[in-house]
Amino acid sequence: MNGIVAYGAYIPYFRLDRKAIAAALGQPAGKGTRAVASYDEDTTSMGVEAARAALRGAPALRPAGLYFATAAPGYLDKTNATAIHAALDLDPATAAFDMLGSVRSGTGALRAAVDAGRPTLAVLSDIRTGLPGGADEREGGDAAVAFLCAEDSPEAPVLAEPIAWAHTTAEFLDRWRQPGAATSRQWEERFGEHAYAPLGEAAVTEALKQAGITAQALDRLIVAGPHARACKRVAASVGAPPAAVADDLGAVIGNTGTAHAGLLLADTLDRAAPDQLIAVVSLADGCDVTIWRTSAACASPRANGTVARQIAGGASVPYAAFLTWRGFLDREPPRRPDPERPAAPPAFRREAWKFAFTGSRCQACGARHVPPQRVCLKCHAVDRMAPERLSDVPAVIATFTVDRLAYSLSPPVVAAVIDFEGGGRFQCELTDVDPAAVAIGTRVEMTFRRLFTAGGVHNYFWKARPLRASSS
Amino acid sequence: MASNGIRDRVAIIGMGCTPFGEHWDKSVDDLLVDAATEALNSAGVPIDAVDAFWLGTLFSGQSGLTLSRPLKIDYKPVSRLENFCATGSEAFRNACYAVASGAYDMAMAIGVEKLKDSGFSGLPGLAAPADGTQAAITAPAMFSLLAPAYCKKYGLDEALLKDVMTRIAWKNHKNGALNPRAQFRKEVTKEVIACSPLVAGPLGIFDCSGVSDGSAAAVIVRAEDAHTYTDTPLFVKALSFIAGPAAGPIDPDYDYTTFPEVVASAADAYRQAGVKDPRAELAMAEVHDCFTPTELILMEDLGFAPRGTAWKEVLAGTFDLDGELAVNPDGGLKSFGHPIGASGLRMLFEAWLQLRGEAGPRQIPSVARGRKLAMTHNLGGAPGECVSFVGIVGSERSA
Repeated sequence: MNGIVAYGAYIPYFRLDRKAIAAALGQPAGKGTRAVASYDEDTTSMGVEAARAALRGAPALRPAGLYFATAAPGYLDKTNATAIHAALDLDPATAAFDMLGSVRSGTGALRAAVDAGRPTLAVLSDIRTGLPGGADEREGGDAAVAFLCAEDSPEAPVLAEPIAWAHTTAEFLDRWRQPGAATSRQWEERFGEHAYAPLGEAAVTEALKQAGITAQALDRLIVAGPHARACKRVAASVGAPPAAVADDLGAVIGNTGTAHAGLLLADTLDRAAPDQLIAVVSLADGCDVTIWRTSAACASPRANGTVARQIAGGASVPYAAFLTWRGFLDREPPRRPDPERPAAPPAFRREAWKFAFTGSRCQACGARHVPPQRVCLKCHAVDRMAPERLSDVPAVIATFTVDRLAYSLSPPVVAAVIDFEGGGRFQCELTDVDPAAVAIGTRVEMTFRRLFTAGGVHNYFWKARPLRASSS
Repeated sequence: MASNGIRDRVAIIGMGCTPFGEHWDKSVDDLLVDAATEALNSAGVPIDAVDAFWLGTLFSGQSGLTLSRPLKIDYKPVSRLENFCATGSEAFRNACYAVASGAYDMAMAIGVEKLKDSGFSGLPGLAAPADGTQAAITAPAMFSLLAPAYCKKYGLDEALLKDVMTRIAWKNHKNGALNPRAQFRKEVTKEVIACSPLVAGPLGIFDCSGVSDGSAAAVIVRAEDAHTYTDTPLFVKALSFIAGPAAGPIDPDYDYTTFPEVVASAADAYRQAGVKDPRAELAMAEVHDCFTPTELILMEDLGFAPRGTAWKEVLAGTFDLDGELAVNPDGGLKSFGHPIGASGLRMLFEAWLQLRGEAGPRQIPSVARGRKLAMTHNLGGAPGECVSFVGIVGSERSA
């Protein structure tokens, strides 16, 4: 049996209240909130966070492959999955591939991971945005989700196996974005609905046939896709019990594009009981349907943070900050030097430190060093160090500051000196934090971020954030 | 293995110091010519008499040509060095050693920095290509890390610490108001200081030293030759420079309430100079008040107040111009700004004036009562990862 053995979701900390859009622009913008990737996040960094959560769910298993899917990649030409691979400290022999550019690549990555025949991680991540006042801006959402797919084993039992896959593929112009463009465009809404409906119905029919079930047998029906009306129409046409139709989370986090079908699946798995049937219908340039059957392993609670708990957390972001973070509001910078772009050779030499947050421990006296050192700060032994990864080690704030002069897309910069459990100290930025709530003794955890982009180079590294109850 | 020092082996016979400030009309070359000329005139010697030069600057030029070109120095050794904020003091220290060694009869130490041409608030960056993992916070933020740590350790509440910081800024501006060379030459009320816009942590704009341009210079000869040039030379009693292992930011045992490098360089300097009780023996101390919490902690690190008590001494006025030990009588970095390469020599210039009784309206009374020693101090870097210089000069050569 091959299937999902572990998964993790990442919903960024910030929420934009749609009423804030309405208030600023003087036009209706609907109700509810959308999830917003912070100024220091992108699809790669959110993918790392989701993947970390997934791997925590199956600590005995190391992936032999990694697929990263997003419609909003940090880089073109250069692979983005390699940064995720590095941040997870995966074996160099583990392959890492991007599946980029379209929402449909999310389903493709998951299918490829299931089909791979070896433990494979599918990471689905997206940042959805649109011009101020548009539907994509208010109805989009940012999130990432990761699935570790493998053969069933006692160390990592399968939680859900696919019992049917069905696809319909068609070429038509519903939604598109040229490389380099900030926002997408969409054809008239009723046209997309017309094109999608038969594609959806055909794929659903085929999947039910493969599974040998009727729609009435479904415990859960998930329908996701960038075209909201098409999704509603297909969901209604399937014939599943009304109670089985999953909420699309549009009211609280918005439509997370490439990640969305996976995110809704993760949310369902969070609460699933054994032996349930879950249909995932993804409408994106065709239709992809998977019917999952949960296993007995779903009887035990999942260790990772649940989608619902991450939805419940979070803090509000002002609309002006949101526009600034997305590049729609060009703000006056401080009179400070621009940040230097990271140089390739030093980053290459220090990959384990920069991406995996690997420090070192002195084998002579046991002192831990962050970043790694050659000479021990305590006993001065030379080259007696062993690498030690600290990305999952909690820490406590020793002292801190709020820097109102430093360059940031979201001033002020909050920085702290943090002491790790088990030894080691590091000075770094805090993120997802209320400056007024920081104190000596606050417990923090590390999170992978894009610190800034300079000279066309994304500077990925780690920050600390207040320990979230949901992730412990 | 020892730090022996060169007590009373060399002397300062002349000094110069430009006004510090926003010198929109003066170049680095102009500032160097001004300071060097004033120092040579003060010593009463032509530039040809100087055998070797040490130039301190961090951003304003590289190599000895930075000095030899504007001054048209004819084929003499000119060294250019930097050591963060101790750059000016390092130029002086190395020039002193050159004379003490007998290699040269006369040397000049000169420091310069032109910060205002960059257009930045604070210091420009000069980082080598790096991996992008260094914390990108500013200098005031680095030093503001001291504030919560000090409060926590000694049980001060934040408002009280803010009062102490404010008192330090107020005192230094009060002194600077009496100094024609200072960048800021007026007193600032405590209310204005306390309510100034926040820069980092509890630090407001008035808790930070300014950004300015300036230059200062000293002419150094062997102590036995000093009276050939002046009746009132200053003798070098101690020169200590320490670079720490920069381990504070990675060592959980460092508590952000002290600069161990300062403690070490002060102990070294007191040993070299034979100073037992600095608070009772020194007439004055020019210390590195880059930010107000720095000066507070320096009072403890330099041995002017026991641990955890400097805040009370600050509030009691112990370090005022007419206090028990005048600290930053010229107005400090607060009033002068901090043109990196020049600051150490600017501090020495105040010692030159005060110990010779030439400080005018800010003359320290204890000099007339017989105190003959002055300290200059710099630190460069950040808490837990810094360099420290402590120098002591005196108006009398020990028997």
